[in-house]
Amino acid sequence: MRITILLVLLYFLNFSSCKQNQLHLNKIEGKRIEINNTITENANIEAYIKPYRKHIQNDLDSIIAYASNTYTKSDGDFNTALGNFMADAVYQEANPIFKSRTGKEIDMVLLNHGGIRSILSKGNISKRTAFELMPFENSIVVVALKKPEIDSLVLYLSKSKKAHPISQLKLTLNKKFEVIDAKIKGKNITNKTYYVATNDYLYNGGDNMRFFKTNDSLYVLNYKIRNALIDNFIKNDTINPIRDDRFTQIN
Amino acid sequence: MKRRDFIQQTAASTTLIGLGGIGLSSFTAAQKSTKITILHTNDVHSHIDAFGPEDGRNANKGGVARRATLIDAYRKENPNTLLLDAGDIFQGTPYFNYYGGELEFKLMSKLKYDASTIGNHDFDNGIEGLYAQLPHANFDFICSNYDFKNTVMDTHAKPYKIFKKDGIKVGVFGLGIELDGLVAPDMYKETKYLEPIEIAQDMTRILKENEHCDLIVCLSHLGYHYKNNSKKISDLKLASVTKNIDLIIGGHTHTFLPKPTVTKNIEGQNVLVNQVGCYGLYLGKIDFYFDKNNNKSANGTSILV
Repeated sequence: MRITILLVLLYFLNFSSCKQNQLHLNKIEGKRIEINNTITENANIEAYIKPYRKHIQNDLDSIIAYASNTYTKSDGDFNTALGNFMADAVYQEANPIFKSRTGKEIDMVLLNHGGIRSILSKGNISKRTAFELMPFENSIVVVALKKPEIDSLVLYLSKSKKAHPISQLKLTLNKKFEVIDAKIKGKNITNKTYYVATNDYLYNGGDNMRFFKTNDSLYVLNYKIRNALIDNFIKNDTINPIRDDRFTQIN
Repeated sequence: MKRRDFIQQTAASTTLIGLGGIGLSSFTAAQKSTKITILHTNDVHSHIDAFGPEDGRNANKGGVARRATLIDAYRKENPNTLLLDAGDIFQGTPYFNYYGGELEFKLMSKLKYDASTIGNHDFDNGIEGLYAQLPHANFDFICSNYDFKNTVMDTHAKPYKIFKKDGIKVGVFGLGIELDGLVAPDMYKETKYLEPIEIAQDMTRILKENEHCDLIVCLSHLGYHYKNNSKKISDLKLASVTKNIDLIIGGHTHTFLPKPTVTKNIEGQNVLVNQVGCYGLYLGKIDFYFDKNNNKSANGTSILV
């Protein structure tokens, strides 16, 4: 019976406290506030950011190389000086890393034309230039491809009618856009494994480059395209790439 | 919102609840009217500086130092304020490339963020890159559906957290997007993605039934809505198939909602879904007004958006 009394007591306690004190959500107001230049900056926060900003600006704007001319991704139908520079830079910077880790050599490089995000202007080159050329964080990967996939890659390039940047691959098309010659490092493509350097975006099927997915193995270098460009700028000092015969069409 | 009816009807059903032994725990002594303010950002993507006057799209907008001023003012107006972020703190400006997210976390700590969930871009320097910046974050990471057990992030993200503001219990849980296909596996390592709907059901049950929260907020990086993929889980979909969530603060899709969306949950009750685009261009602000039950005749909650 004592339990009953306790329960009755509980009931009254509960009842009274509830009625008196429980809060009720009676209204919700929602809006968004634009953050614009009518709002004063918090001086402490601004002062805290300042040294970081200054360091970045100094580093980004420090001159690391010189461009002999202005280069754009539209100054050639099948290959451009700027695209050649980028693909060659990836080859030159990534190959020693790949070799030291695997004992193998990169056979060729394929990037995408759309991945060139700005022009390279004549004059001083800073790290900021590399951020403009390659604002994305994509990294270099090396994919082991067999002849059928290399054939698909070559066919893709022949049909794309774009100057996708390549290095160590030489491709000649006839006027019907058929491949009449394809060589990697000066040799005909044979039934062996080729180590193709590209970026993780293309490896994952970007720009419909589906041939990368059927591969023997993938080597992730954890090396950003942008950092390869920066390293290459620093090494070469003067950047004067040319449009050459690596990808051409003959009549 | 109908869950308020539950509170109203509590008096009538007290015996039952009293017998069940759970009725008493949610009662707070001598409550007075109060207001809870929730301020929120998402997908700030390392945009620490404001956009310059020449920017083609966002001229003179954004900037952490201005956001700080705004937040200070709202906190002065109402000390019962929570400041939350829905993920993708990292990636987008050289601040991230140079400092790996250090400054982003330090500034969020200075702005006194209470919590953030984790976005896919927060894995951009790998899960180790995220872990390495944790010492700079003086706020909690809340993510309920990433199982970090076999990763360095183990124990560093909470499945939920309860904030008590002026006697009001605000339960916050977090939902991250499926990482497979969005982030390279070697970046997220052995992070396991758990089904968001099931997790949301678990979390709301815990927060509502066990913890008796007065408000339940979901910090989501699932994305607002996928028009061309109705099967894909999104904030709108999540809202419609769950119950007891009051507010979903979203991210990922960089959706600029001019005002919060009011939608219905599985029980026909109102849920607010909000997202403020990206890059710190806007701050979301949701005020929840609590009043004494006995001077309120209406059984619903009015929503002004």
